Amino acid sequence: METQVNVDLTSFRMETRKWLEDNCPLSMREKLTDPKQLFWGGRKGEFYNKDQKDWFERMLKKKWIVPYWETKYGGGGLTATQNNILNQEMARLGCRKPHINFGITMLGPAMLKFASEEQKLHYLPQITEGKIRWVQGYSEPNAGSDLANLQTKAEDKGDHFLVTGSKVWTSFGDKGDWIFCLVRTDFSSKHNGVSFLLIDMASEGVSTRPIKLISGNSPFTETFFDSVKVPKENLVGTLNEGWTIAKYLLTHERQMIGGIGDTDKKEYLRDEAIKVLGKNNDILSDTILRAKIAELEMNQEIFDLTIQRTMDEHKAGNNSGAASSFFKYYGTELSIQSEELRLSVNGFNASEWTSEESNNGAQARYFCRTKGHSIEGGTHEIQLNIIAKRILGLPSK
Amino acid sequence: MALIINEEQQMLKTSTKEFLDLKSPLSSLRVLRDHSYKTHDKDLWIEMVEMGWTALTIPEEYNGLNFGYVGLGQVLEEMGRKLTLSPIISTVLMSSTLTSLSKNEILKTKLFQEIMNGSKLVSIAHEEGIQHNPNTINSLLSKQGEGYVLNGKKNFVIDGSISDYLIVSSKDESGSNTMLVLVDSKSDGITYNNKVHMDSRTYSDISFSNVKVDKSNLLSEENDGDSILEKTFDIARVGLAAEMLGSVQEAFEMTMSYLKEREQFGVKIGSFQALQHRSALMFGEIELCKSIVLKALQAIDSNDSNLPKLASLAKAKLGMTFKLVSNEAVQMHGGIGVTDDADIGFFLKRARVIQRILGDSNYHLDRLAKINNY
Repeated sequence: METQVNVDLTSFRMETRKWLEDNCPLSMREKLTDPKQLFWGGRKGEFYNKDQKDWFERMLKKKWIVPYWETKYGGGGLTATQNNILNQEMARLGCRKPHINFGITMLGPAMLKFASEEQKLHYLPQITEGKIRWVQGYSEPNAGSDLANLQTKAEDKGDHFLVTGSKVWTSFGDKGDWIFCLVRTDFSSKHNGVSFLLIDMASEGVSTRPIKLISGNSPFTETFFDSVKVPKENLVGTLNEGWTIAKYLLTHERQMIGGIGDTDKKEYLRDEAIKVLGKNNDILSDTILRAKIAELEMNQEIFDLTIQRTMDEHKAGNNSGAASSFFKYYGTELSIQSEELRLSVNGFNASEWTSEESNNGAQARYFCRTKGHSIEGGTHEIQLNIIAKRILGLPSK
Repeated sequence: MALIINEEQQMLKTSTKEFLDLKSPLSSLRVLRDHSYKTHDKDLWIEMVEMGWTALTIPEEYNGLNFGYVGLGQVLEEMGRKLTLSPIISTVLMSSTLTSLSKNEILKTKLFQEIMNGSKLVSIAHEEGIQHNPNTINSLLSKQGEGYVLNGKKNFVIDGSISDYLIVSSKDESGSNTMLVLVDSKSDGITYNNKVHMDSRTYSDISFSNVKVDKSNLLSEENDGDSILEKTFDIARVGLAAEMLGSVQEAFEMTMSYLKEREQFGVKIGSFQALQHRSALMFGEIELCKSIVLKALQAIDSNDSNLPKLASLAKAKLGMTFKLVSNEAVQMHGGIGVTDDADIGFFLKRARVIQRILGDSNYHLDRLAKINNY
């Protein structure tokens, strides 16, 4: 019996490998150098080039935009093991994800767990077809780390909610079609007065304003709601119980920021260092940098093993140890450290900001961007608090 | 292979823990130390032999249990929790492993038998400097008549003072071949300088002066000495990392318990964010340690060609984490942490010694860089 399963999986792997080799355009296997090379979809979505369009459409036809969702929701119906194999085979070739959407990584998992069947059948297929680009409305000016302090209110007006307030740190808010929001529906309780609401950003009264970061780029916006009418059926889950959904969704956000499940090609810092700095007697010429790179790569390699171990334990039915807070903390910390070391490796070239050779200061700007990684999705400090309290059981005051 | 242990391995781990809870609690180390640094408890060793621990990694054709290194790793991890003193590292992890790689079938069969039934203890005598160095060997094995004579000086031999046999690394007269020979520890020409270290364990500096060696006692052939030694060391590094993993977890758990019970300023000190954040960071490092130790143990059993790299990852990571956790454990215990009354100091002192065995974290980071060609 088990042998038969293994045989089936082996043939699934072989078929998948062949299909990817035949269908993934070569340029879609190259390392990303520009965020535009990813297809985010949505009403305003445009393909960067023909290869990107072909790749998306072939994967869509194969139902592999979200391969692990049920087919009735537009997914491919793959088992966790099959999906793993697909991920491994995509990583082997370095295939880019055909479509990036917070609807896949964040909203989807929450909808699957908390939404009504009607809502799932309505919203999820639109995500898998790349038609709707979702954004997240969580943080507010006075609700950052203390997220439950949010004040954007949704008043019950009979057949609709009237939403007033503002959100901040909306990733790609200006490019989104719909926003999933935490809103306050009861002011008498902090955590038990929050609801989870889906809002069409084309509604009257919704506006955004970009936030310029230290990188010079504006991947985030402020999002304003000025007496926006939202139909009652856009409420997900139970009124005033949105905090449960919020927390569940945050665990998925942490995994996403931590880079769990990435299939793009790994670029080794050491290769860049060897190219730029050269070697003396087979040893990287900067020996202090060499030691730092070795330590970072040690942790990267063991972190990847830890993701694997956690998934294997999960499959075997035990959920010991490492939680999403740990992965978010450690994964972002490694990317931050890696960018610090890349600055050292590339010396004077690393800080260039505007030249064409530097691709408009891509490295320096990305370095600046990573400084947000330890803040967004719950700061490093919040993650450490969660580990201390929930996993280690350390007391509150 | 999935990064989890199977049911049989889990059962071995559980039974080891139950056995050690009863027979070798952390306090046993203190008792042995306070009896003039006794090297180990002989009755306990006999029980370990009866439990089959000396046969775990020996193949079935030599009447071993063929349980593999993932199995031995579980035993070592549990022993690391108790800082148990026993000859298991020298005799089983190191010497039995080296023996298994030898092509001298007659000697191998005899040695396996004696190791399994607990009648002989064996140590590897290799180091010649004050840092681990697998390649520098000045000890000389010269031909004399039908056999050989051995001359040289070895440092830091684990359990050298109690072993019945020594496996000594040396060079032949050409200077190019590494020779591994088994000598009786009571042979004429061997002198011992036994030294107690910070971890309450005894390590020996041993001199060999014209020690006669029969040619039947060669464990290496003409040119496999280096490869046997290298593989033995890689396997032993992983085993040491498994022991360290147990010690790290125990020191961490003892500290977490202390943070939950000790009160200052009218509250449990575990409620202070300064301590919570450092605890959470240690939790993360320990999660990483668990992954690399298991991966490396599996690599031994599956004969993975990545073993050298995984062994260095394991030894480097565990060395660094054991240092971090043992330091923080003492610090978080406050004044009591630096008293001899508290057990937590034993972990600090063991960390600093085991770190050095077969290469510290610096050595292994350098080796990793070399393996990755930079």
